[in-house]
Amino acid sequence: MSKEQVIGALEQALGSENVISKKEDLVTFSFDATPDMPNPLPDVVVTPSTTEEVVKVVKIAHENKTPLYPRGSGTNLSGGTIPLEGGIVLSTLKMDKILESDPDNLVAVVQPGVIIQELNNEVAPHGLIYPPDPGTVATATMGGSVSECSGGLRGLKYGVTKHYVMGLEVVMADGQVARFGGKTVKNVTAYDLVKLFTGAEGTLGIITEITVRLIPAPEARTAMLATFDSLEDAGNAIRGIIASKVIPATLEIMDQVTIKTVENFSKIGLPTDKRAVLLIEVDGIPEVVENEAEKVVKVVTENKGELKKAKDDKEREGLWAARRAALPALAQLKPTTVLEDATVPRSKITEMLMFLEEIAEKYNLDIGTFGHAGDGNLHPTILTDVRNKEEMERVHKAVDEIFKKALELGGTLSGEHGIGMAKSKFLEWELGESGMDVLKKIKNALDPEGILNPGKMVSK
Amino acid sequence: MSYLKQYPEIENELVKCMKCGNCQAVCPLYKETKSEGAVARGKVKLAEAVLNGKLECTDELAKIFETCLTCKACAANCPCGVQPDKIVLAARTKLVKERGLPFIKNMIFKGLSNPNLFKTGMAMGAMTQGLFLKANDKGMSPRYPVSGLELRRVLPKLADRPFLSTAPDVNKADNPKKKVAFFTGCTTNFIYPQVGDALLKVMKHNDVEVVIPKEQHCCGVPVLLHGDADTATQMARSHVDIFSNLDVDAIITVCGTCGESFSKHYPELLQDDKTYAEKANKLAEKTYDFAQFLVDVLPIDKEILKTVNKTVTYHVPCHIGRGMNAAQQQIELITSIPGIKYNPLKQPDRCCGGAGSFSLTHYELSYKVLKHKLTDIKASAADMLVTGCGSCRMQLTDGISQEELPQAVRHTVEVLAEAY
Repeated sequence: MSKEQVIGALEQALGSENVISKKEDLVTFSFDATPDMPNPLPDVVVTPSTTEEVVKVVKIAHENKTPLYPRGSGTNLSGGTIPLEGGIVLSTLKMDKILESDPDNLVAVVQPGVIIQELNNEVAPHGLIYPPDPGTVATATMGGSVSECSGGLRGLKYGVTKHYVMGLEVVMADGQVARFGGKTVKNVTAYDLVKLFTGAEGTLGIITEITVRLIPAPEARTAMLATFDSLEDAGNAIRGIIASKVIPATLEIMDQVTIKTVENFSKIGLPTDKRAVLLIEVDGIPEVVENEAEKVVKVVTENKGELKKAKDDKEREGLWAARRAALPALAQLKPTTVLEDATVPRSKITEMLMFLEEIAEKYNLDIGTFGHAGDGNLHPTILTDVRNKEEMERVHKAVDEIFKKALELGGTLSGEHGIGMAKSKFLEWELGESGMDVLKKIKNALDPEGILNPGKMVSK
Repeated sequence: MSYLKQYPEIENELVKCMKCGNCQAVCPLYKETKSEGAVARGKVKLAEAVLNGKLECTDELAKIFETCLTCKACAANCPCGVQPDKIVLAARTKLVKERGLPFIKNMIFKGLSNPNLFKTGMAMGAMTQGLFLKANDKGMSPRYPVSGLELRRVLPKLADRPFLSTAPDVNKADNPKKKVAFFTGCTTNFIYPQVGDALLKVMKHNDVEVVIPKEQHCCGVPVLLHGDADTATQMARSHVDIFSNLDVDAIITVCGTCGESFSKHYPELLQDDKTYAEKANKLAEKTYDFAQFLVDVLPIDKEILKTVNKTVTYHVPCHIGRGMNAAQQQIELITSIPGIKYNPLKQPDRCCGGAGSFSLTHYELSYKVLKHKLTDIKASAADMLVTGCGSCRMQLTDGISQEELPQAVRHTVEVLAEAY
């Protein structure tokens, strides 16, 4: 079939109100939140409301070997939803029903277009939370965050998305519908295919229903802000906190460039002469929280840090304001913000931070680094301007070196953003030839025509 | 050169956007449509495509850029400090330059820019409104389908006598502490003259002399928001002439959009005009929403306020809150009145969906946005809804009538006037 015929078939299958093909509208589906990417137009966008409608779309794509790109809110940072080879964008935004919240089993069942925050709002009256909280919690869809396996600020204690996905319904590349996992805590039936499709970035199937685990909301929390004169002291404090058997819900770091930028931006009284700031929050049962906070104070003081402890929610907001302002403050310095998420073992945080300072100097770039120190997931943020070709070349070289170093230190290319288009060229550095071979075999087995989100993660 | 005169100038605003999509979380139209074209990020992408010559100024593109309430919620939530309302204005201006105005809009804007013609038209309207609108206990409803008017829509009755035709030019105070010029705006002049009366009463009790230049006319923002920057510039010049000649401490408005015309839009429209730029800036510096003037500049004596026994809630008009930054002052005035019980709305600053003529041209979508506000108003259990903008008041009154809610709708200054 020609492109026009494919569009006609889609209109017949879903109704023309669910098929978008005007150029002006297609432009708005040519991009996501990833900077420095090509923005090709798709040929058509479809907005199914049910699994049956997704099956119809997949069958049309399958018969015509038309590329098919699942898309939620398009807020990812890996180029994961860019329609690289034209074809069909499948928007899940009309599949936005919370199908079930089941406090007895501590689970919820949702369609992929549900916004993460909406799920949290739904389960809050039961005293429950869905812990993964990426920065895009108010905008990203459940389908997108499961497909990218997003993380967030609570990763150290609560893990990331994959630790909460218990069951999936997936439409396979040939239009078959398969279900894996379910509501039981224990499930060792067959391969763990729930994990396979979680973080698969839409390259192996289209997720149409998600069963997630919920946990009781922590009763109490205490936030603390610690400042340090040296990166080594900050690094030792991070190690010390964990060594004293405290697992904070949040253990965030900001480097001096970020501290200065945040202070300049929002004047909240951060000491700009300090080399590092840690935001630490412990949560749980009130008695435990108190005890853990005391241990944190002790460790910070032993490591020559100055510490402020929030006495109430208002003071807590004040401490968090610094961390929340990190990205906005950096982003306003220059037009383009290249936000990476190379991740290293926690014990190598100091080394990585020092390396990032060297790289900034070597390539004469503005790099502010903040991130989730507790889980080793740093966000070196390069501030640049895509219109400056010469500088962009230096940015690309710096990014290459950052990934090399992260791997050298025993880390990984991506802690929480995914591979997509942005990091696929580095994949072999981490997986090696044999790892790439396994990846390709899985891809070819499940999507032999290569129609599902082509150009992302692994080529055919 | 202003981005309203030279479209490429908007590039500086476009490049700031990192496409993170945070605007999706707060855009009232995105919430209803889930369409990237409705939200700021999508519009930035489209504005870029126009700039790079990848998109023509088509009807389809015009429709997309019409789909914006200019509520500025995106700007307030943008981590990169992008002002998408500027981008929408630039694109609408470019679209009008390339394609011209639709005939009907052209006629209306020519009317708005000609004060005498507009006044005559509105006077005719006040006399003849009964021919095509029927009065009921809620207001007026169309008698028969009129282009762009839903039959069920409840519209306010036009005032029998416009405020400007009855109010004295000079309103002396006994011991004048300050002297201000009052820019009434169209809704106060033609629909809610009682708002103007209330303002005069409040100012008199606070020893402020009020002059009302009678040559004033529409502020021009409705014209600007539809992309007719040239006509809006003429209207800006006219008002700069009228108000620059007055020896006053401040210019006072009772509508956020009117306030912004003096404080933001005139300086932007006239920035490249040697004879007007400085005058416009001077006026901008002394333009205040009445609540800002009373709370921050004067400040008023709260001790003399009399008791008003009412339970009220307050809707923050977008251009009062995110536009003029005057919401806190309005709420402070209301809550300073003894006897007033204030029940805040769940989301006080969420747009009501009115956005001037948007509620006429996109009634269904506009009403969907309004529905959220009505739910919150109902939950507030207040017996009066207070707001600081005539355009929001029209929209809210329609919704309250449609849903048969009990709340009366009043302007902040009317409530304050009751306390004297």
